[in-house]
Amino acid sequence: MIEFRGVTKRFPDGTVAVDSLDLQVESGGITVFVGPSGCGKTTSLRMINRMIEPTSGTILVHGDDIMAGDPAELRRGIGYVIQQAGLFPHRTILDNVATVPVLLGWDKKRARDRAAELMELVGLAPEMAKRYPSQLSGGQQQRVGVARALAADPPVLLMDEPFSAVDPVVRESLQDELLRLQAELGKTIVFVTHDIDEAIKLGDKVAVFRVGGILAQYDEPGALLARPADDFVDNFVGRDRGYRGLGFRSGDGLPVGEVHTVAVGGSSAAVRAEVGDGWALVLDAAKRPQGWLRVADLPAGDAPISADGLVAGGSLYNTESDTLRGALDAALSSPSGLGVAVDADGAVVGSVTADDVLSALAAARDGEDAA
Amino acid sequence: MIWAWIPRNGSLILGLLGEHLILSLVPVLVGLVLAVPLGWLASRSRVARAVLIPSAGVLYTVPSLVLFIVLPVILGTRILDPINVVVALAIYTVALLVRSVADALAAVPAMVVAAATAMGFRPTRRFVSVEFPLAVPVLIAGLRVATVSNISLVSVGAAIGVGGLGQLFTDGFDRSFPTEIITGIVLSMLLALVADALLVGLGRYATPWSRVGPRAGRTA
Repeated sequence: MIEFRGVTKRFPDGTVAVDSLDLQVESGGITVFVGPSGCGKTTSLRMINRMIEPTSGTILVHGDDIMAGDPAELRRGIGYVIQQAGLFPHRTILDNVATVPVLLGWDKKRARDRAAELMELVGLAPEMAKRYPSQLSGGQQQRVGVARALAADPPVLLMDEPFSAVDPVVRESLQDELLRLQAELGKTIVFVTHDIDEAIKLGDKVAVFRVGGILAQYDEPGALLARPADDFVDNFVGRDRGYRGLGFRSGDGLPVGEVHTVAVGGSSAAVRAEVGDGWALVLDAAKRPQGWLRVADLPAGDAPISADGLVAGGSLYNTESDTLRGALDAALSSPSGLGVAVDADGAVVGSVTADDVLSALAAARDGEDAA
Repeated sequence: MIWAWIPRNGSLILGLLGEHLILSLVPVLVGLVLAVPLGWLASRSRVARAVLIPSAGVLYTVPSLVLFIVLPVILGTRILDPINVVVALAIYTVALLVRSVADALAAVPAMVVAAATAMGFRPTRRFVSVEFPLAVPVLIAGLRVATVSNISLVSVGAAIGVGGLGQLFTDGFDRSFPTEIITGIVLSMLLALVADALLVGLGRYATPWSRVGPRAGRTA
């Protein structure tokens, strides 16, 4: 656990970057510091490994005052991923990753073996080992940065806007990768970003800072979206927070209703008889949705249903893993107004409506209020 | 041009070439050793930079002949002592390199230095294994200028009798013997070219990372 007790940082020019911060970062989770520029989030992070020293107050890492020992020793025990990776341009990828083990005095062979292991863990091909950072893409460099921070297996990992310099697609895959790694490693991670969406996606807990180094709210991301502490947090969290908040509500209690279906090659006359002039969902042999059919548009008489000429469906609601956000999006994006619910294999199990989602939300809120 | 003069005086010429080499390269080494800590200081402290860089500039403007003559007074050496030339050229080298070293260190990306600190490098080790190696390319450029400049300046020492190949000029002038003068000029030019080429090679060897094209082996 990392604990800030009344921590203040005042720079020589008088600017207060962090103002009497009290905060506990829980072990084994990702805690995100987020806020606009000048809010003290990066300063707070950098005080944990004494890159910046607090003016007053105490920071404890696993119960020990960080000011008690030698800063270099402290830093070797805390992984650090810096903006734009900050790799050593004159060292190969392998040697970059092996940095901290070498500083800790491991012999060269052991340090390099460990580095190779880490490269594999973060998904870098072994042939990258002998390359120099300038030969890698931004996304690859960032992976090297993560591998380097993890090399000596530190319990704590500090990540200082690590994904800010890569394009949105790569950023998203790096975020997913981090969540996958974290599920495996269970480090205590403090992550700084100015991007609230990144904070909400990655954080087990999110600390929102306001300019002047004041902690505005410290909460789980779902709670942040549902109950912002004040106008500043509300504004900072941004538009659509009600909709995004659905992403933190499980779809477990959501009723899955009926939907008219027809297999490719089925009889059009039979569909007309069953559905009248509504919509039917066309399935393939594995019951996966192919698209929607407006029955009124079928030619007269009887003919096999073709997979061509269907109205494209909306997003799918996976009943086993999706949240209410996925269910609502499936309903809203479906041409028939019925969201298609599928199981883990992608086979259709039924439908959901926007009304069902709103009722489920209301029921969940009632449950919370009662609790 | 009397070609036969050259082989007849082979050992004299080789001796002067060797002297020229020593008189120009020893100051480069001494100057480098002195310039690195001074340049480091200038890169770290605004005050040190404000003092060191202009003083280095002023030092470099002192004419070499003046230094050769004044130094014996300051150092208490004999006027014809080769040490005067070595010290004078070492001063020029320092004057040239302090700026190179300071600029080279200042050009090391702040993000890389911060990353090194955050990894747990202590300042000395960080300097030796991160900042200095990254400064090498700019430093080599400074060393090339200093070396070539020293090789040409040594000849001026001939005026006080210690000038390596420069003595072929003074002697050739005294005797109105162009062959000797041309031999001296050609050899000192060759020496400068070879030394420069060796430094370029050394720089390439010492900085394998700068030879890889940006994103050369990039696959994704």
